Formats: sequence, C-alpha cells, structure tokens
Amino acid sequence: MCAESSRSTVARAAVAILIAVSTTDRTREITAQAAQAGGALLVDVRSDEERKVAHIPGSLHVPMSQVEARLPELVPDRTQPIVTYCAVGARSFRILPTIDALGYQDSVSMAGGIRAWQELGYSVESDSVLDAEKRERYSRHLLIPEVGEEGQGRLLETSMLLIGAGGLGSPSALYLAAAGVGRIGIVDDDVVDSSNLQRQVLHSTTGLGERKARSAKKALEDLNPDVEVVTYEERLTSENVDRILSEGWDLIVDGADNFPTRYLLNDASIWHDIPVVHGSIFRFEGQVTVFKPHEGPCYRCLFPQPPPPELAPSCAEGGVLGVLPGVIGSLQANEALKLALGIGEPAIGRLLLFDALAARLDEVKIPRDPSCPVCGDDPTITEYVDYVEFCQGR
Amino acid sequence: MTTVRIPPTLREQTGGEATISASGETVRELLDDLTGRFPALRDRIYAEGELARFVNVYVGGEDVRTKDGLETPVGDGSTVILLPAMAGGC
Repeated sequence: MCAESSRSTVARAAVAILIAVSTTDRTREITAQAAQAGGALLVDVRSDEERKVAHIPGSLHVPMSQVEARLPELVPDRTQPIVTYCAVGARSFRILPTIDALGYQDSVSMAGGIRAWQELGYSVESDSVLDAEKRERYSRHLLIPEVGEEGQGRLLETSMLLIGAGGLGSPSALYLAAAGVGRIGIVDDDVVDSSNLQRQVLHSTTGLGERKARSAKKALEDLNPDVEVVTYEERLTSENVDRILSEGWDLIVDGADNFPTRYLLNDASIWHDIPVVHGSIFRFEGQVTVFKPHEGPCYRCLFPQPPPPELAPSCAEGGVLGVLPGVIGSLQANEALKLALGIGEPAIGRLLLFDALAARLDEVKIPRDPSCPVCGDDPTITEYVDYVEFCQGR
Repeated sequence: MTTVRIPPTLREQTGGEATISASGETVRELLDDLTGRFPALRDRIYAEGELARFVNVYVGGEDVRTKDGLETPVGDGSTVILLPAMAGGC
C-alpha cells in the first residue's frame, strides 16, 4: 500500500511538472501544420533506429546526444529558424535549452512529434529495408540488439540449402522460414509416408504420397510468404551436386539420412567453400556441429571412415524418438541463424552431443586433421569418388 | 573408476548399458577392462589391434588421437566417451 501510494505521488508530481513546463513554454512549440507550412529547418533528434523507420522528408538528422557536438558544424548560421522533432514532442522540447546555449536564436519544438505529423497525413520517408508488415512479423527479432533491423535484413538476403526434408530438415526448415531466411533450397527425392509423420512436422496427413520437397515448399510458403523456396526433387549425387551447390547458397543444413550423402556433401562443400551445419540422430541421441571449410575441421577430420553397415543402423532400422529430430534440427537452425547473422560462438571444432534420456548435453573437441584427404595440407582426394562403395568399406 | 559412455549402436554388446564404470590408468587399460567384461565389444572398436578409424574416443572432451592414443592417461573420476558416426537425419 505504502509503495503504491508513494509511486502514485511521484507520478502525480511528474505530471504536474510536465504540465508546468509545457504551459510556461508553449511559445517554444509549434503544431505539425505550422511546421509543414513554414520554411524552418526540421531537425530530427531521434535515434538512428527510429529515423530509419520513418522521418520527415528534407529533415536534418542530429540525434539528441550529438546536438551539442554536431549542430554548429551542420548548421553554421545561428539565425536559421529551427524546428526540432522527435516521436511525440518530449525530447525535441527538452533539447531546446541546449540549442539556445549554442547561440541559435530561433528554435522551437514540433508538438506531438512525427506521430502528429503522420496523423495529419503528411508524407514521411523510410530508410528501412523492412516495410511495415515485415517490421510487425519480425518485431521480436528487431527487439534483440544482436539481430535488429540490419540483422533481419541480412537474414532476408540469406540463402540456405537444406539436404533432406525429413526428421532434421522439418524443424530446421520451419524455424529458418519463420525467421525470414529469404531463400531456402530443399533437396529431397522422397515422398511423404505415414511412418514419417511421427516426427517430420513439416508434412501432414493430407500430404501423404506427395514429394517431400513439394510438401515442404507448401508448408514453408504458407508459414512465411517472404521466403522463396527452391525445390530439388532429386537425391544428391556426384552428378548433380556441383549444379545444386553452385546456385548461390550461403550455407548448407545437413539432415541427410545416409553416409554416402554425408561424405559426398562434405567433399563438395569444401570444394564449393560453403559451411555445413551438421546434425545426426539415432534413437535418443543426437550430434550437432558446424563444418566451416578451411577454418575448422570437416566431416572427414571427425570421422575419416564410416562404420561398417552393421554398426550404423538407420532410424528406419533402429528407430528414433519423435521429438529428438526436433531438438537437433532446432539446434542446427540456431547455428545456421548465428552464422548468417555473424553473432555468437558457432559450434566450429566442437561436437555437441545430446542425450534425450539423460537430458544431458556434452561437448567434445574436433581437431582439424592436417592429413585429412580432402581439407588437409596435402589433399589426396580432389574429385568425387564412388561414395556408396567408399561407405561399404570396399 | 572412470565412467565410460557407450553409444546406442554399441549397447547390444554391453547388455544395454549406456554408462559403465571401468578401471585403468590409460585408455588401453580402460578398454581392456571393458572388453574383458564385454568381449563382443572388442571387434566393434578395434581393427588390427588399434582403435578402429570409425570410432572416436574422448577423454575429458579431447580426442585421444590428438593426445597419446591408447596410451593417453585417464584420470580417476574422468569421463570417457566412445563415439562412432551416426548417419541418421531421418
């Protein structure tokens, strides 16, 4: 009770002060109509971020904190009439004494700020790469300093290629599309089967029998029309990998379900210099890492040889907990977004091991192997090999 | 004693155990103790007396191949992870 009443007393006092100031200094304010009609120089004192969204055409931008240092240089004539504005007219009013102290003789604040200006239907300009719809859609990203408008703009310009639209590809595709990754490629020659739906959340019962790449495209475009989805209804092979990888991909998210494709993708990604966000799963356990060519290790540095087939059962043979690809695929999407934004510590040279039963996340180091036959100092594999044969240990 | 994490693909050889306590001052001694108790494991992690290339062994998060291989010392209370590649994205 006590805290409440003291808080409201303070609030009342603040309101009283504001009223007192604005009443006594009303001569230092003009309306948006007057500002629009008059020939004064409009000075926008808001932040860079605010200005980007919308500003009055022809106005000068001097953020409040820089007025003292920069205004004299930008407006040398102290007799120039100035109208300051901000969002609603509070900051532009508060800055007037600073402008007075710099020697300007005729400065006033625009009451109601740019909001009042816009309510009157006067035009504004925007430097924003995002239109109002996008600002709304990605508002939760824009609020994070590490992403912001610049980062979101970057995501919308990013192209990511997903190998597989299955267990791992489903969550990563959904989160990457939702995040506004501008162009997503999907390589998958498979069709949606009812046994997929226990975990492949990108597909649905109505899509049974449909090509996964096509089913994925529908789901992703429905989720976010900002995203262009490019489909490859084919299996990645030595014959098509160069064509597919040379179509402008910034990074690859590997959700393949077999060793030949993983080794093929590894070699191709090094030769095409495209980072790969790797994920793999089995039953209750999954692995995630980032292979960044020439900066960190590659898949062959981690596993120079695939295990013999009897030691490497697939999910189709050994099963997988439905939510596991959700966890691992989401971790892959997380790494992919970090790489695209250039933020955080990507899992390069580190393999994350997730155990769903133990609820444990371990990490082991992956050293780069200088004798790696593909990314090492003296490569011995310089063209595609027969990956099926290689994985059968022949 | 050292805790050894057994990957899902090798649990058939350990009677379904996911973690096993084993003793030994080096990786070799530790794996000897383990394969002594679970003989079927030996063929799965060794090839011609050496660690198979498709199995990685980590002591304290470090690949033993970057240390002293099978002679890498294993401190009491440390965790050893056996890790073969997994293909699945399915």
